[in-house]
Amino acid sequence: MDVILIGLAAFLLLGSVAALEMKNLLSAVIAVGVVGMGLSILFLLLGAPDIAITQVVVEVIVVTVMIRATTRTADEESGRPRSLATVVAGVGAVLVLVGVAVAAFAALPRFGAPRPTPSDFYLAEAQRSTGAANVVTSIVLDFRGYDTLGEATVILVSIAGALVIARHVAGDGKAGAGGAGAPSGQEAPRA
Amino acid sequence: MRSDRDGLSVIVQVVARWTLVLIVVYGFGVAFYGHLTPGGGFAGGVVVACGFVLATLAFGGRAGPAAAFHRRVAGLEAAGALTYLGMAAIGWTVGHFMQAWTPRGAVFTLASAPFLVVLNLAILLKVGAGLFAGFMVLVLFDRATGPSRDGEGGA
Repeated sequence: MDVILIGLAAFLLLGSVAALEMKNLLSAVIAVGVVGMGLSILFLLLGAPDIAITQVVVEVIVVTVMIRATTRTADEESGRPRSLATVVAGVGAVLVLVGVAVAAFAALPRFGAPRPTPSDFYLAEAQRSTGAANVVTSIVLDFRGYDTLGEATVILVSIAGALVIARHVAGDGKAGAGGAGAPSGQEAPRA
Repeated sequence: MRSDRDGLSVIVQVVARWTLVLIVVYGFGVAFYGHLTPGGGFAGGVVVACGFVLATLAFGGRAGPAAAFHRRVAGLEAAGALTYLGMAAIGWTVGHFMQAWTPRGAVFTLASAPFLVVLNLAILLKVGAGLFAGFMVLVLFDRATGPSRDGEGGA
């Protein structure tokens, strides 16, 4: 089992490096898709079918969208020079993130070994107190319902942000018009 | 690009229309039984969004089922979010925010946790509409800024 997991993880690393190093954007997207599918197999082997299912479907839609996006605007944006302020801000953000991560991981219990006490409570109580046979759902939607609310808010905010940027870049606001619910056929084709 | 104006061929469109039904039903199934089997609202919502992305690719976004979905995307997203918040807020009437206030049936049945079923469906609406909106934003953004500006109006 461990051999399979380590082999799969090595495969994922290879795929990630390939995705970064590919010159052709379409090939890079396919490499990303391979990594995502491998990751979902990894989740399945680790006994997390909920995450595996979500990973598969998200991967499918992400790869579809990325292929749709990259086949039009192939290698156009890559390689623009960055300003010094951008680089400094990026490096600073990474350093802060690494610092926080080191502190957070030091506080965590060792991977897999002693379960933190909330897990025992969830496993013992899930079915009786929520009625859900799938413990994952009972945690995601009941014990940790706030987290799911926050996650849904993240999606809403990210799409609203993408819409705002798209409208701004497109200039005349036409690009954003569809997102608010006024698409196809309502404006004459500007041919 | 051919698919932008007319969509793909009639064969693809017919097949896409039929598979869209199956995909949406499957997405709802994943969400409905999320509290009993692996899956849930998020996975089901992504499945539904995938189905409409497929329809968009087949029909070209101007016509077909995806365009109808696109017109309602904002309302569906809002409905999902408000359902989730509303279900959580009703919890105040019996105790605290996010309290599961619905009655519960026998375990291992669909009715064993109606609260979770409704929340899963709310998340399906939110994620399905939200991801599809994200897809359409990227497509429209690409179209507005892309090299071939001419000859393309809306979605």
